[in-house]
Amino acid sequence: MNFSPTRIKAILRNELRDYRRNRFIVYTMSLLPLIFIAAPIAQLFTLNVAIIGSKFNNRIGVSLLDMLILPAIIPSILAAYSVIGEREQGTLEPILTTPIRAEEFLIAKALAVFIPTIVVSYFIFGIFLGAVAVFAHPIVAATIFERNHILTQLVFTPLISGWSIWTGIAISTYISDVRAAQQLTVLASLPPLVIVILMNFNIIAPSLSLALGLAVVLFLIDTMAWRFVTTLFNRERLITGKH
Amino acid sequence: MVEDLTKSFGERVAYKDVSFEVGYGEVFGFLGPNGAGKTTTVRTLSTLIKPTSGQATIAGITLGSDSDLLIRERIAIMPESPGLYSRLTVSENLECFAGLYELKDVKNRIDKVLKSVNLADRKNDLCGSLSKGLRQRVALARALLSDPEILFLDEPTSGLDPVATRDVHDLLMALRERGVTIFLTTHRLEEAEKLCHRVAILNTTLKLIGSPAELREQLFSRNLEIKTGSQIIEPERIFTDISGIQSWEQSVSGSYIVNVSDPDVVAPWIVRALVGAGIDVLAIGETRHSLEDVYLELINEDVEAKQR
Repeated sequence: MNFSPTRIKAILRNELRDYRRNRFIVYTMSLLPLIFIAAPIAQLFTLNVAIIGSKFNNRIGVSLLDMLILPAIIPSILAAYSVIGEREQGTLEPILTTPIRAEEFLIAKALAVFIPTIVVSYFIFGIFLGAVAVFAHPIVAATIFERNHILTQLVFTPLISGWSIWTGIAISTYISDVRAAQQLTVLASLPPLVIVILMNFNIIAPSLSLALGLAVVLFLIDTMAWRFVTTLFNRERLITGKH
Repeated sequence: MVEDLTKSFGERVAYKDVSFEVGYGEVFGFLGPNGAGKTTTVRTLSTLIKPTSGQATIAGITLGSDSDLLIRERIAIMPESPGLYSRLTVSENLECFAGLYELKDVKNRIDKVLKSVNLADRKNDLCGSLSKGLRQRVALARALLSDPEILFLDEPTSGLDPVATRDVHDLLMALRERGVTIFLTTHRLEEAEKLCHRVAILNTTLKLIGSPAELREQLFSRNLEIKTGSQIIEPERIFTDISGIQSWEQSVSGSYIVNVSDPDVVAPWIVRALVGAGIDVLAIGETRHSLEDVYLELINEDVEAKQR
């Protein structure tokens, strides 16, 4: 199958332009990160370093977890709207009568969510690290800057957002109500977070091999999800709403 | 070319055994009441919906899952709702579609199509700020962007005011002059009569197909309307003596409606007979049935058949 980068680029550019001028999306992308950075920073700055080991680790874990909620939540909001939103505003029919393939359309839609999510998530994580380095207690800062913590955040951010994006697009492809799609997508984006929670709270002993194993599993799911969503993408059903 | 095309959604039949041909450069009107299957037919021919049975060849390519992409490269559709991105400008909307068709020289093409729909000065306006008529024109520009072999227009003037409707008609007339093949679905009969070379009337099944004049001839006998200066004393004697007259009746307005085989031959005979009887003939002419008469006749037949 020959993919057309021009067609993917056309949809991607269209989406990014549309996001930029959509107040709901602009507010979501600006306000949500503020919430998710304020909470962990406040937790760390008020953290008493004298508390015993497991409690200390839990508080650190919660702060880092907040950083991973962002790449799960942002795409779930955008991806849930991606197909059903086109259908609602009547743009889906003209798009689907062009030579674009379902695979190209879906990849473009996924990239249009992935790019801003990653940019915002890494940017916010950068601010978090900067604030910790400058203002947090040196023991707290040293714990946060442990290589495994940083690596977990960097690796799991795109993987978790990939999961959210594909579940969001799958739901958006199948459900005919925007609100229902968004609520379901937020719920569906949570399972990978559960594992990260268990690791951050040391319920599952975090180890490099475990993290790598989970990363590989998520990566495979993200890759296969694209194929799965493509099979759900039925032009006739999307246009007529009939199964 | 469409042969015995049928589409059902479960028990419900959208259209059945539809067959017709559209020639290159022809403007083909597809008429029918709401729910007749017009839009579903257009969606089938534009590869969005798979037919239940039958076959079709569009722009020389046989309809089938392997050929969908090839067909979509050669056609363009303007759906009933313009389907524009309201937060993007006119130009940005067209840029997106230029990319989807992988067109070269995008800027010039956009300028050219916007000029053709008289929107060159609105290219930087947000589509959401345009009136419905202007949005229809943008949608038409978008459909013309790829220079399609076949242009599908689904109710292009639906919901437009008379001025906007006239503007769209003028644009379609210009396309007709340029020889663009157009498949136009509408339930506005004057629109079909004005724009189309041939029309088909669909009400789940295809009722009739032909030029508006042919359809009139197929459905209606030809009539002459005669206005006289005074009442004809013995119309029965005068009209039955002339060969070629099949029947006659007096209308409410007082004129006489005479059913004839060939108006050109019979009219002079009628005039001679009436003048010979001392009656002044004020006017005589063939009454014309509109496409609306044809349409209503067919649709009423359907309703009556269903009631039986």
